[in-house]
Amino acid sequence: MAEQAVAEKEEKKGRLEGPTPKLILTSSPHQLGADTIERIMWSVVLSLLPATLAGLYFFGWGALYVIVISVASTLAAEALYQKISGHGNTIKDGSAAVTGLLLALTLPPGSPWWLSVIGGFFAIIICKQLYGGLGFNPFNPALMARVFLLIAFPLQMTTWPAPRSLFSGIDAKTGATPLGDLQVARLIGKGIGKAAELNLLDAFIGNIGGSIGEISAIALLIGAAYLLYKQYITWHIPVSMIGTVMVFSGIFWVIDPGKYVNPVFHLFTGGLIIGAFFMATDMVTCPVTLKGQLLFGFGCGLITVIIRMWGGYPEGVSFAIVLMNILSPMIDRYIRPVRYGAIKNQISKVKNQNVM
Amino acid sequence: MWTIAGEGIHPSDEKGITSSLPIEGIRPPGKVVIPLSQHIGAPCEPLVKIGDMVKKYQKVGEAKGFVSAPVHSSVSGKVIAIGRFPHPSGNQSNSVVIESDGKDETIDNIKGRRDYLNSDPKELKNIILNAGIVGMGGATFPTHVKLSPPKEKKIDTVILNGAECEPYLTADDRLMAEMSREVVEGMKILMHVMGVREGHIGIEDDKPVATEAIRKAASGTNIRVVALQKKYPQGAEKQLIKSITGKEVPSGGLPMDVGIIVQNVGTAAAVYNAVHNGIPLVERIVTVTGKGVNRHGNFRVLIGTLLEHVLSECGGLAGGAGKIIFGGPMMGIAQYSLHVPVLKGTSGILVIPKGDVLLEDFRACIRCGRCVQACPIRLLPNMYSILAEVGQPKEAEKYYVLDCIECGCCTYVCPSRRPIVHHIRYIKAEMRKAKGKVA
Repeated sequence: MAEQAVAEKEEKKGRLEGPTPKLILTSSPHQLGADTIERIMWSVVLSLLPATLAGLYFFGWGALYVIVISVASTLAAEALYQKISGHGNTIKDGSAAVTGLLLALTLPPGSPWWLSVIGGFFAIIICKQLYGGLGFNPFNPALMARVFLLIAFPLQMTTWPAPRSLFSGIDAKTGATPLGDLQVARLIGKGIGKAAELNLLDAFIGNIGGSIGEISAIALLIGAAYLLYKQYITWHIPVSMIGTVMVFSGIFWVIDPGKYVNPVFHLFTGGLIIGAFFMATDMVTCPVTLKGQLLFGFGCGLITVIIRMWGGYPEGVSFAIVLMNILSPMIDRYIRPVRYGAIKNQISKVKNQNVM
Repeated sequence: MWTIAGEGIHPSDEKGITSSLPIEGIRPPGKVVIPLSQHIGAPCEPLVKIGDMVKKYQKVGEAKGFVSAPVHSSVSGKVIAIGRFPHPSGNQSNSVVIESDGKDETIDNIKGRRDYLNSDPKELKNIILNAGIVGMGGATFPTHVKLSPPKEKKIDTVILNGAECEPYLTADDRLMAEMSREVVEGMKILMHVMGVREGHIGIEDDKPVATEAIRKAASGTNIRVVALQKKYPQGAEKQLIKSITGKEVPSGGLPMDVGIIVQNVGTAAAVYNAVHNGIPLVERIVTVTGKGVNRHGNFRVLIGTLLEHVLSECGGLAGGAGKIIFGGPMMGIAQYSLHVPVLKGTSGILVIPKGDVLLEDFRACIRCGRCVQACPIRLLPNMYSILAEVGQPKEAEKYYVLDCIECGCCTYVCPSRRPIVHHIRYIKAEMRKAKGKVA
């Protein structure tokens, strides 16, 4: 009997006596990586700084106020929506700042202030929050807003000041982008016009006409290298997108160099580099598998070339990426990783097993 | 260099805290709680009654059914209770509680076998069964079952797992460095039992001392020591097989489907101890580590020792109780009580102080695909997480969720801090439930 009592006491001790300290219980894993949404988004902002600075250098005041107003608009739109919907504050996750900066970098310098405001609100409210917020938006919000502005306000979106350094005293005069020149030449039947005369060094540094952030290849590549190093983007989309543009434009250039420009021209003009490294790689709107990303990049490149060569717009990067965004869920549905342990020579074995 | 197929991850491993500390003993506890279920499979039947006197190494629970393993007393003393006690799995389990008399009297007829390489494999297998040996890497699958594949499965290779890819843990590292002979001899026994000539010991390349020791002990044998690239989860069975032999274990299958048997290095040492010395599995090496405990080290701990005792031997908790994890930080289980015992599969005790425990709300999936790229089994963790969240666990079966090994890479890399592994466990539980209803 005494033993029974001891047993009961022991059992109670094990079962009922609560642990003296209160321990925290969560499911494994108990160690987590350092990368959060915040960290990734603010890193993207950081990676866009070289291109932003290049834009400020070449366009001065005309770039500055577009950037400030765009970013302010997306932040304001985000805050406003959070307030109305009653959801938590998501400004600090940095995604609205990224959208604002990306939008600004794709606008013409010196464009009217209300263009940035409309674009910013459209990007955040219509393209992101109405779908459910970050993670649920089917399109890259900044690009979708740019496409919207391009269709709604074509005049303001295609008025380009010529690049001028911050420190030069000459007044800006209205110029055109190399791709714009190319299209005009093509439409009036003059082949490639002056396009072949493009100074590649100017294009590489950014001393050409274009949107605020797309002109300087070197600045964009510095930012892209940082993102690749941090593994926030992978090489798959940029390489397949740019590769596709180069290969297809190259084929036509070889066939008829009088009618089509060389692939290097395509690489350094317009928004190909900013699009391939910073827009198409948007986590939310590109496929999740690496194979899917290769296909996605191929599609982006192909549509870009088609629009540039035969389309009604001089530049096709934005349209290409937005169109491919539509296909992302489809790509994810059909392109899946190969099931582990289901490689060819073992499939028969797997089948046998299922029979057993 | 040998590496795994999928991407995997490189978490900061913190092994430096304990990797150079030699294995030491701790004072034996006043009582031990020996759960009758310390393995995958059927729980044991108790062989003793309350009030019985037992000796060290005496069998107190008999294996029930084929997939089961007996348990033995790790002290001599008196059985004071048999009933449900806290179990590290987060549940309660039928356990035998033995109060130690401090004399450590062993049973009389301990018989070792010196000529094991000339013994009948069947007898050796029987010794392994009766010694209660289970997989000591943490999965605790009964070893004798692994060594008895169905006749149609031809086994040609035995692999010893010394990867120890879990951060913080160094128990296997120290075991290999200090007891290399036991490990290699155990490996020889395993190969002899299976009748195979090909044997590999896989060790991650961050353990040069252990690798050297094993290499020396294995020289002149047909056992090959393979240095594996450091990467989590290199030591997961399927990944280890892929890294060493290039073969992929079929989905839903076992290593024996590709002719391979994998055992942990600790298991090999226990097999040697059982066969050569006739001693059953009653103690193991446990890494005690983490900022939340005062003294770190690799300790030889009797099975059944309560967590409370181990911690007090290690100077108690430091910096407020946070999380106490049995196993490593990637796959280990957080404990709810200090009254849980150390089991055959407890490779480490990791104590995280309260201030270091991150408790964040998770957010929407941003479809970044980092989990897809990190998954060593090439699955789509993002899908499972979303399907669990919207309450459609059945859908996940189409995406092969059952292949998941719950290594935790997806959760580790998720920038939205989604508890993906937890979601997957929920899905698996729902699927088990659904199947139960059908049957």
